[in-house]
Amino acid sequence: MADVTNLRTPAETGLSKLFEVARMKFPTGVSIAREEAFRYFEAMGLPSRRVEAFKYTDLRAALKEAAPPADAPGAEAAHRALDAAKGFSGIEALRLAFVNGHLVAEASDLGRVPQGVTLAPLNEALAAGDRLLEHLAPVSQARENPIYQLNAAFMADGLLVHVAAGTKVEAPLHLRFVGTGAEAFSTATRVLVVLEADAELTVLESHEGPDGVAYQPNDALDVVIADRARFHHTRLNGEGREAIALSTISARLGAGSHIETVNLVTGAVLSRHQIYLHFAGEDATATVNGATMLGNGQLADSTLLADHAAVGGVSRELFKTVIDGDATGVFQGKIIVEQIAQKTDGKMKSDCLLLPDEGQMMNKPELEIFADDVACGHGATCGAPDDDLLFYLMARGLPRTEAESLLVQAFLGEALESVTHEGAREALIGEVETWLAKRA
Amino acid sequence: MLEIKNLVVQIEDNRILNGLDLTVKDGEVAAIMGPNGSGKSTLSYVIAGKEDYEVLEGEILLNGENILEMGPDERAAAGIFLAFQYPLEIPGVGTMTFLKACLNAQRKARGEDELSTPDFIRQVNKAADKLEINKEMLKRALNVGFSGGEKKRMEILQMALLQPQFCVLDETDSGLDIDALRIVSEGVNALRAEGRSLLVITHYQRLLNHIVPDTVHVMSQGRIVKSGGKELALELEASGYAEYRASEAA
Repeated sequence: MADVTNLRTPAETGLSKLFEVARMKFPTGVSIAREEAFRYFEAMGLPSRRVEAFKYTDLRAALKEAAPPADAPGAEAAHRALDAAKGFSGIEALRLAFVNGHLVAEASDLGRVPQGVTLAPLNEALAAGDRLLEHLAPVSQARENPIYQLNAAFMADGLLVHVAAGTKVEAPLHLRFVGTGAEAFSTATRVLVVLEADAELTVLESHEGPDGVAYQPNDALDVVIADRARFHHTRLNGEGREAIALSTISARLGAGSHIETVNLVTGAVLSRHQIYLHFAGEDATATVNGATMLGNGQLADSTLLADHAAVGGVSRELFKTVIDGDATGVFQGKIIVEQIAQKTDGKMKSDCLLLPDEGQMMNKPELEIFADDVACGHGATCGAPDDDLLFYLMARGLPRTEAESLLVQAFLGEALESVTHEGAREALIGEVETWLAKRA
Repeated sequence: MLEIKNLVVQIEDNRILNGLDLTVKDGEVAAIMGPNGSGKSTLSYVIAGKEDYEVLEGEILLNGENILEMGPDERAAAGIFLAFQYPLEIPGVGTMTFLKACLNAQRKARGEDELSTPDFIRQVNKAADKLEINKEMLKRALNVGFSGGEKKRMEILQMALLQPQFCVLDETDSGLDIDALRIVSEGVNALRAEGRSLLVITHYQRLLNHIVPDTVHVMSQGRIVKSGGKELALELEASGYAEYRASEAA
């Protein structure tokens, strides 16, 4: 261990110092878990490419310095930042606004919560020792992940959402995460959603921030989905161009429950979105999709672990990446089928479209199957747009860029089709069009 | 209208067209017949501007202007249309989205205003009715899951909407049953007009019973080896291509 300590990077040393300062400011509650999380992280350090799960996304090399946790912004700065953020703004929703990782109560609909739904700012819940906190970190594998543990150590604000049994919430909950500032800062938010039996909720998450500032968001969403409950989740990574954006969703699925989670990425110089699913109850189903659009210098990593620990689970994963220029896409997907999880049906696919040939895509699918009566498969493709299709479209009068755009929209569209909420689906399609328009 | 002079074309060092000459006048329907491998499809792709082919010599003039330097999209905007032998399926691209994008791209290239959505839908419905194209088909992804006949009808629908000057129909009859052949031919005939010429490429004479050509050209080994009136097609149907193959070999 002594050798490892000697090799600590400036960022690791910085994080230790920041933790010593920050822990004094944190609200009480889960302080032991926080301490443990940080010690766990400290022992592992920032993961480098020598760590298999970070082979293609070398955080140790990428994170040169640990940015200090952002303070809550002043009212004016918060409103300015929120006014500039446009993600999902056209959708009728219950809005919760976070600026630099801190809940802005005045800009949030805490007062008009529908019946059967309880919302509590994480700070207050921690101070009050809310009973729901026992649901934090619902997937054990995530607790072995350094990004998630860093979030656990530093989580400064967030939200607890509880939906009572049988409550179907009509309007989506829109969590707006907006960054602002001229100097590098870090944020760590944690949102916990607990859906009781037969409940249904749609959550939209938008992440936006300034270009030209190397801020470091690390956001985590914990979801506990009881029997037959349904959770729809659409996430938009529109972070600023220099951001190093880390995020984790971990969900525990009860019997007959369903999760649909779709992440669209256009932002951040480096992003890593981690998805941990634990199929705890029988016959749970999951749709996990990703649509990533990258330009010069960007790296986006989608890392998934689906742990089938009960009979009859169904998981469908489809990740689509479009690379325009010198950029890197990473997809790591692992499906675990435990011995008990007979009749599991898991299918995973990652497709990449390389517009010029400068980009690269790293695909690492893994299946770990201990049951004997399962149907699992994975596949990956990578290539340039089909010349014959391009010719067909151009022969009808579409200039090359427009023809390519149409093919890109069709390519990504397949991953966006599963978004149940129509407004959210259209908003994501709009994001694709905006990205393509900037490209042209 | 279209004049092809001494066209020499190769693909990956294989010479396919060997000094082809062809003139199609304004409003003329010209048929090209010929055995397999004579270069008919290559000719259609080269006219439309497919990049895989290398033009070594010659020129293709549309109304006096050489189109060989133009990209496929520019040729389309200039009035060239190729009805594909095998129309491509494009999953994820809605047929209506595709049609509208093409129409507007061409209008834009010609400096015209974009079509309004109601006008566009009216035009599509009108053209679709004539070709007995089911409205459900228009809601699907382009050509995905369409039968051979449906795909060909979709090609003619595009031709009707885009109103090109010079249309190349590459084996439009292949894969069509008798009813579909009639519907497609009627669709094509309805588009015969002054100022619009057609080049109909086919193996068989039967298409030419429906789309009656003004001129018939026999192609063999990358050249036009005989030209005549519509009666030439009947002669070919009776005698086959053996004579032309033999004359080339000699």
